[in-house]
Amino acid sequence: MSEAVPNPSQAAWRRRALLLAPLAVAGLGGAGFYAMLRGLGTGDYDPRGVPSALIGKPAPDFTLPPLEGSGLPGLSAADLTAGRPVLVNFFASWCVPCVIEHPQLMRLARDGIAILGIAYKDKPEDSLGFLKRHGTPYARLGVDQPGRVAIDWGLYGVPETYLIDKSGIIRWRMAGPVTEEILAQQVTPLLRRLA
Amino acid sequence: MIRWLFLPMLAAMLAIGPALAVGDPADQLPNPAQEERARVIGRELRCMVCQNQSIEDSDADLARDLRRIVREQVAQGKPDDAVLRFVHERYGDFVLLKPPFKPETAILWGMPAIALLGGALLIRGMRRRRVPLAPDELTQAERDRLAQLAGRPRE
Repeated sequence: MSEAVPNPSQAAWRRRALLLAPLAVAGLGGAGFYAMLRGLGTGDYDPRGVPSALIGKPAPDFTLPPLEGSGLPGLSAADLTAGRPVLVNFFASWCVPCVIEHPQLMRLARDGIAILGIAYKDKPEDSLGFLKRHGTPYARLGVDQPGRVAIDWGLYGVPETYLIDKSGIIRWRMAGPVTEEILAQQVTPLLRRLA
Repeated sequence: MIRWLFLPMLAAMLAIGPALAVGDPADQLPNPAQEERARVIGRELRCMVCQNQSIEDSDADLARDLRRIVREQVAQGKPDDAVLRFVHERYGDFVLLKPPFKPETAILWGMPAIALLGGALLIRGMRRRRVPLAPDELTQAERDRLAQLAGRPRE
């Protein structure tokens, strides 16, 4: 038993280590929190980035009526298998991040990418106003006022964008605005690969 | 006295239960047994918008839509697991507040056992080490003072 008795200097060292332990924990926590915030800023870390359950599966079956007055045809599941990859974009006029991502959608449309829009829980006149203000990137536009089709897609909220490949399989999902970085780092390479 | 009050108070607090967000009576099923079933199912489902609440507890729009879907399907006579599967197919494992046990979730489910085991090992280690510190040797001055108090001649 006597050999287990720590000598005083050892005990003092241990006491110092115990005093420093909370400091070390706080430091580690701080570093982790900093990394998280930085990731949030650059888009590397996304707390809502749970992958969609529909990745690798065919898009759900649906038929949505057109937006009256937009001049665009409505949208149904059959329109997704057009022989080339398409983007499906859920948006609403009441959604602020949708305004942020709209220029990226406009640019994709100018580049000839087919973007199919779904107006989520929005009054038709408000959707029309939104498109008049910000432009129309959509080749087709379905109206999902009750939000039921959105649930079949596993939608969290707006904006949300899905990439469907030639054969109608969902390949990619972005819950949140498609920023310039996401466009350059994810959407464009994926579209090129799947084309 | 306080000890006698403690248990009844605890029981009363536990009996209160959570405040549910199903405030709109129009959303409730007329059949109380079905409504109760829908609530039990809804408490298993995460609100994807607020994430740490069930759809029964959440005021979010999406949670309300899911509550309605759950109630519709319960009213249609679908069994509980079919209703849960409907939502699970669309929203993935994350929507289930009790995630299924599979290789990806093994650490999650095993964590209580790992924590318990780790704690037990830690306690064992600390107990073994808890031995009194050897007191410092008396200094010459202290020994002198002690001798003086004891009334003995100096060493």
